[in-house]
Amino acid sequence: MADFLSFRDGDAAQEPAVTVESFTGQSNATAVRIEPGEDVRELLPHLDRLSLVEVNFPAFGDGRGYSAARVLRESGYAGELRAVGDVLVDQIVAMRRCGFDSFHPDKPLDDAAVDRALSRYADIYQRSIDGRPPVWAKRHPETENG
Amino acid sequence: MYRYDQYDQSIVEARVEEFRDQTRRRLAGHLTEDQFKPLRLMNGLYLQLHAYMLRVAIPYGTLSAPQMRKLGEIARKYDKGYGHFTTRQNLQYNWIKLEDAPDILAELATVEMHAIQTSGNCIRNISSDQYAGVSADEVADPRPWAELLRQWSSFHPEFTYLPRKFKIAVIASDEDRSAMRLHDIGLQLVERDGPDGKEIGAKVYAGGGMGRTPMVALLINDFVAEDEIVSYLEACLRVYNRYGRRDNKYKARIKILVHEIGVEEYRRQVEEEFAHMRTLGLNPPTAELDRIRAFFAAPAYKIGLPEEIDRADPAFGLWVDQNVAAHKAPGYAIVNISLKPLGGIPGDASAEQMELVADLAERFSLGEIRVTHAQNLVLPHVRKADLPALWRALDEAGLSEANLDLITDIIACPGLDYCSLANARAIPLAQKIASRFADPARQRDLGELKLKISGCINACGHHHAGHIGILGVDRRGVENYQLLLGGSGAQDASLGQITGPGFSEDGVVDAIEKVTDIYVAQRQPGERFLDTYRRLGMAPFKEAIYG
Repeated sequence: MADFLSFRDGDAAQEPAVTVESFTGQSNATAVRIEPGEDVRELLPHLDRLSLVEVNFPAFGDGRGYSAARVLRESGYAGELRAVGDVLVDQIVAMRRCGFDSFHPDKPLDDAAVDRALSRYADIYQRSIDGRPPVWAKRHPETENG
Repeated sequence: MYRYDQYDQSIVEARVEEFRDQTRRRLAGHLTEDQFKPLRLMNGLYLQLHAYMLRVAIPYGTLSAPQMRKLGEIARKYDKGYGHFTTRQNLQYNWIKLEDAPDILAELATVEMHAIQTSGNCIRNISSDQYAGVSADEVADPRPWAELLRQWSSFHPEFTYLPRKFKIAVIASDEDRSAMRLHDIGLQLVERDGPDGKEIGAKVYAGGGMGRTPMVALLINDFVAEDEIVSYLEACLRVYNRYGRRDNKYKARIKILVHEIGVEEYRRQVEEEFAHMRTLGLNPPTAELDRIRAFFAAPAYKIGLPEEIDRADPAFGLWVDQNVAAHKAPGYAIVNISLKPLGGIPGDASAEQMELVADLAERFSLGEIRVTHAQNLVLPHVRKADLPALWRALDEAGLSEANLDLITDIIACPGLDYCSLANARAIPLAQKIASRFADPARQRDLGELKLKISGCINACGHHHAGHIGILGVDRRGVENYQLLLGGSGAQDASLGQITGPGFSEDGVVDAIEKVTDIYVAQRQPGERFLDTYRRLGMAPFKEAIYG
């Protein structure tokens, strides 16, 4: 069982994450935790000094964190993006596709179940953050988008 | 019709294996019901009053004969021999065993079908016009776009845990046969002149829905180019996912967001997001739309077929007048098969009926079948010369009810007979109303009259959109029925108004009769019930009911 999973090269960020409010109010923090109701775009002016963004999922059914993750990645954030809280094995695939590259779940995850989940779908329908080609790109390798 | 390639097939098969694994974990006790619930819901499996219910997607309401045959086979093998067609072009089995569910999904996968996202807070089955491809009034067959969106919405990584369920309809004509403006997002394909000739795009409506706060969707964009629809919808969904309410499930649909911030503000946020989204390469190339479009190319219609229909049998003639619609190709007709026989359960079909319809589709309709949001079936490509033979075969199977769009063509949810959410029964009430108005001549005299019954405020029976709507409520432990008048799910979409205090089951049947009596007494030539109601307003109807 794993209580921390990382898909990044190198060590995970260790600095404790501060709230968005204290992050935007001080200049030296490099790790921040965003809650579902907070506007991730407040972080965009500060991406160059961030090394860790934790996105909290107080309940797995609250999907705002998926949008937060994609907004960060679409805006060029390349640091560690960590899903924390009520993170279950059945959400890992979608989270990876939205750009999360580390996980700190409330309850440890079964490594074998995570591996099974991540390898189950060989094909996907949408272009997203993970760079995997969607099936339309495989169908039309000759096109500009493909 | 669309056919899966290796990619589509591999995704659906992976889903079957995933659910088999999840079901095994549940049956072995490794998952609690609380943990299992969101997983089974993503596969359309509900725990109802008596058993599990499995909801199978019929994307944009199109079925091949082998698919329909498989649905019948599953009904016989795993259910009690029935299936129930729903108001969202899905099929529900009401008597499913949990341990059988993975095998059923595997059987569906063999005919390129699935139950993916037929429930849960995600993008649901994409619905469309049952006359797509065969109606003369469309600018294009809307189903290629619907299939494109089926693929785009399947396992979308960002939009699987939305505030609430999300329903999309795609149509391509001014006449709305799909209740498009009562969807969370409705797309109407339109044509306009561009620099290189005609171009197709979508008018986009947002914020429609039924439930306890019904709303008609509002126009947010009058032309999104056909090759940017995916990125535009990504923008619509992202704004909703980020800002839709999550504090109260009854205020979580997009209609509440659009209402609370205003359509102008919602549109502004979508445009801002869209400006960003369109730079990300999210849209499939035109070649992909062309690939899908090829599957929906018009079949090779035979030229020179006769137009005359032999009406020697009067019962056949009445059925032609009521249930057969104009087809765009000469010599062909669109046949509606009513699933509302007198005394039957609206939308139900037996395994034998499903298999028969599959056979008839092969004999008479180029192998194709459609499912309508009014819970009926359609054979879209029937030669006029074949109509008598088709009618006789339907008649022998109890499928020749000539009541399309008449007062006995009732939409009803499963109600308290099956559903764990319901407050009141809907099916027995539908049967009582149908029996009160059983006289076919009286039905035809009343003309188009869309009657819709929901057994609770969630409005699965579309009561808000009924010319006459009925809502079942629980009044201190007794089933009680509220009556609504003046709703419409068509291009003149409107929401019904409650007449006043509710009724008992028999009382509401009496009230409907009084309402139709007023219509007959006060209608002007050519007026439908709805037109008379709109002209006169509620007062005379209310007076007749309560006065």
